[in-house]
Amino acid sequence: MIMLWKFSLLMKWLKFFSALLATVGIFYALNSKFGQIPPLGKFLSPHQGFWQNDVSEDLLIQDVQLPGLGSKVEISFDEHLIPHVYATTNEDLYRAQGYLTAQARLWQMEFQTYAAAGRLSEVVGSSALNYDREQRRKGMLWAAENTMAFMMQDEEIATYVKAYTAGVNAYINSLTMGQYPVEYKLLDYAPEEWTPLKTALLLMYMTDMLAGGDNDLEFSNLVNEMGKTQFDFLFPDFFDAIDPVIPKERDWSSWEVEVPEVPEGAYPVDPKTGFMTKPHPDNGSNNWAVGPEKSVSGNPILANDPHLGLNLPSIWYVMHLETPEKNTFGATLPGALGVISGFNEFISWGVTNATRDVKDWYQIQFDDDKSHYWHDDQWKPTTLRIEEIKVKVEETFYDSIYFTHHGPVSYDESFKGNGGHSTGYAMQWIGHEANNNQRTFIELNAAQNYDDYVAALSHYTAPAQNFVFSSTEGDVALWIQGKFPNKWEGQGKFYLDGSNPEHDWQGFIPQEHNAHVKNPERGFVSSANQHPVDEQYPYYVFNDGYDMTRSRVINDFFRSKEQFDIEDFKALHNNNYNLLAAELVPVFLRELNTDGLSAEALDVLELVKNWDFNNDMDVEGATIFQLWWPKVRNAIYDEIEAMESHVRYPFTYRTYELLRDYPDHELMDIQETEKIETATDLINAAFLDTVEEVVELRSQGRSLAWVDFKSTYVGHLLQGLPAFSRFNIPIGGNGGIVNATSKNHGPSWRMIVEMSDPPRAYGVYPGGQSGNPGSKYFDDLIDIWAKGDYLSLDLTRRSDESPAHIKQTLSPQQ
Amino acid sequence: MKKTSLNFALTLLLGLFLSFFLPWWSGMLAALIVGAIVRLRKAAAFVVPFSAIALLWLVNAYWLSSANDFILAEKITVLLQIENNLFLLFLVTGLIGGLSAGFAGLLGNQINQLFFTKTE
Repeated sequence: MIMLWKFSLLMKWLKFFSALLATVGIFYALNSKFGQIPPLGKFLSPHQGFWQNDVSEDLLIQDVQLPGLGSKVEISFDEHLIPHVYATTNEDLYRAQGYLTAQARLWQMEFQTYAAAGRLSEVVGSSALNYDREQRRKGMLWAAENTMAFMMQDEEIATYVKAYTAGVNAYINSLTMGQYPVEYKLLDYAPEEWTPLKTALLLMYMTDMLAGGDNDLEFSNLVNEMGKTQFDFLFPDFFDAIDPVIPKERDWSSWEVEVPEVPEGAYPVDPKTGFMTKPHPDNGSNNWAVGPEKSVSGNPILANDPHLGLNLPSIWYVMHLETPEKNTFGATLPGALGVISGFNEFISWGVTNATRDVKDWYQIQFDDDKSHYWHDDQWKPTTLRIEEIKVKVEETFYDSIYFTHHGPVSYDESFKGNGGHSTGYAMQWIGHEANNNQRTFIELNAAQNYDDYVAALSHYTAPAQNFVFSSTEGDVALWIQGKFPNKWEGQGKFYLDGSNPEHDWQGFIPQEHNAHVKNPERGFVSSANQHPVDEQYPYYVFNDGYDMTRSRVINDFFRSKEQFDIEDFKALHNNNYNLLAAELVPVFLRELNTDGLSAEALDVLELVKNWDFNNDMDVEGATIFQLWWPKVRNAIYDEIEAMESHVRYPFTYRTYELLRDYPDHELMDIQETEKIETATDLINAAFLDTVEEVVELRSQGRSLAWVDFKSTYVGHLLQGLPAFSRFNIPIGGNGGIVNATSKNHGPSWRMIVEMSDPPRAYGVYPGGQSGNPGSKYFDDLIDIWAKGDYLSLDLTRRSDESPAHIKQTLSPQQ
Repeated sequence: MKKTSLNFALTLLLGLFLSFFLPWWSGMLAALIVGAIVRLRKAAAFVVPFSAIALLWLVNAYWLSSANDFILAEKITVLLQIENNLFLLFLVTGLIGGLSAGFAGLLGNQINQLFFTKTE
């Protein structure tokens, strides 16, 4: 009996432990993230997982108490979820902006600051470590810290930034785990507190995107490889055909200008390989405005469309922000205060990127322990900053970055350096300057006239922008605003000698000498990332990859007739004219030998010949051109492709000039062959290859219609996660076209404002107001945008009178 | 049979109640507690809590998602590479909830046997 009893007890314990093990095991398995697979228990649970996010804002938005408010803030959301916000004071307004932005876009606004700060490894693991190191070694976090400290010294701005921060945090603290945005659940992490540093980081994110490019090291390598004469021939500072932002008629002769002298002595010449990621070369924009004489109604009209990567959630969040003192409407950046591109009752403004060479590289000579670097004939101390990069489920990575007076030594033996222990490359970048750019936007939001606009711009350092302006007073203007180093001729085009004090930045262009134009005789202002000025501008400017197509199409459009209205503006936003093709195709056809072409080839040729050079959706000619032209370009630059050091091709317009004017240039030769080729050979060979490719595509049943070939998509911010992205968007255009929509890049916000009283305005962007992939407002604007339509942006809408789609009241805490 | 129904109903109700305060494993906890109180025999010790929580998860998920035209659920099928198979997504959701509760129910049952049931 006793034996049996003992045996049965043993069995019970055994069973108990098996059940315990199974339960713990399944808990662990369902609570943990394995590779890309989210923790399935958490993720699929209906009260904690994604099912909670399968909801649209109609059912979600409710009245809340927002601690710190002075008085009630009323919000009326329209049918596309654009919030019309009515607050009593600025402080209440920005607190509400923080709360509402977080309510709409929490995951995105935090993720972008992680990206800026080089903290993605914390969230996605070691696959992002290289990216994070790049961000830190660019000085992103360091500079954001400096900017935050500087910005918070401005008491008024500090008050607003703190209110915004508190607003975001009030929203975060109100969330249960089940209410976290779905991306947190996918990656299995939680939102952390918002801080003023994150606002500074978001602004750095934009600076990096828009002013983070340069070609210094590539240009130096090219000079090494091909000699200065050939380089200068391939990379002229200006083209004859430029139509600069500031009209050529502008006379600068009244300015007293001092430009530093070109120093004696040589540039460093060691070839550099291995580079950090660069911003997308198409990051750019269009803006323009016509004055009263050129406007059908007699009111100035202004338009803006910034071209950025097409992402979901969109980079922009549209808001109408009103207090008794100001009434502002437009596109905001989640994470930053106020409206960035928009209008109020008196003025409207828009931005395009004003590319200039504001990032320079200095070769640094260290001593043995990197505690000093050689400068001005003496050893000067470096500053060591150890960056802590947390890595999900792995050990924290510590990166030692040495700083010189130029800036951080981004490249050294521990990171993409190739000069051994004692050599590094330091970056001097305008993005590193502590700044109060946030004040510019706060002031612009309330500006009432040209003088207010100019005063607002004076705080602004980077990323340099072409700020287009128009007012109900009838002014139109454009300031190219940023803080620009005053360089000696040639300074910073190639990398510089970090030990030579004459290679240092010698000062800045005075604010009042930043190129600008007000009410020009031609009656309109415009910018499209082209040359800011022509050679007459007294400060040093060189071709930094400026636009040569959109700018000319836009300016030709405004020269084509006397007066314009809003419909003309809409048509120009959606203009698909491919000027590059219109200039290149005649050269191609001139050189093409049609004797003995096959029927298929003749058929392909007809498609190009009959094309009107508009990249409209259904045309096949645009596709043929897009296949043909890169083949010609690549054949020309086979010599450059073969170079060992990191280099780049000449800019597109120069390539066109080469084909047009120098068909026998030595670069036309294909090195591999015995024969000495000319442009004629390259164009013909490329055409035959194109025909072959077309035949192949057709045999696969692929459509050659431009829209299908291009297949534009808007990708989710998280590595374009297909589940949350939109594909095959029906829209024409391409990079270099006014409708700059390429595969995954294009007009990220389109706005048109007529300065009537009150202003009449239209806007749209390829996304939706909600950041929740489960919301019907997540991507509801994409189709409107693709069609070339707009939403009406009504500045006179009041909380009490208009029918609100959804209402929300934020009340002070009782 | 009576015990089966009682366990089922209690697990379901307690699971629902706990889900208002606790994370995803509230169903496991409910199954464990109810399993320790209402003893079941053999396979029923697993199947009953499995069914209760699977049903709870299924109904809850359907109720949330159907009110929103299954917008996110459709996207999650793409994410989990079960392209547009909503039925399968619901099935997996129920299965995950059920499995977790089933094992916890077994454990509850063992606790009952070990500590609360007198040996014959």
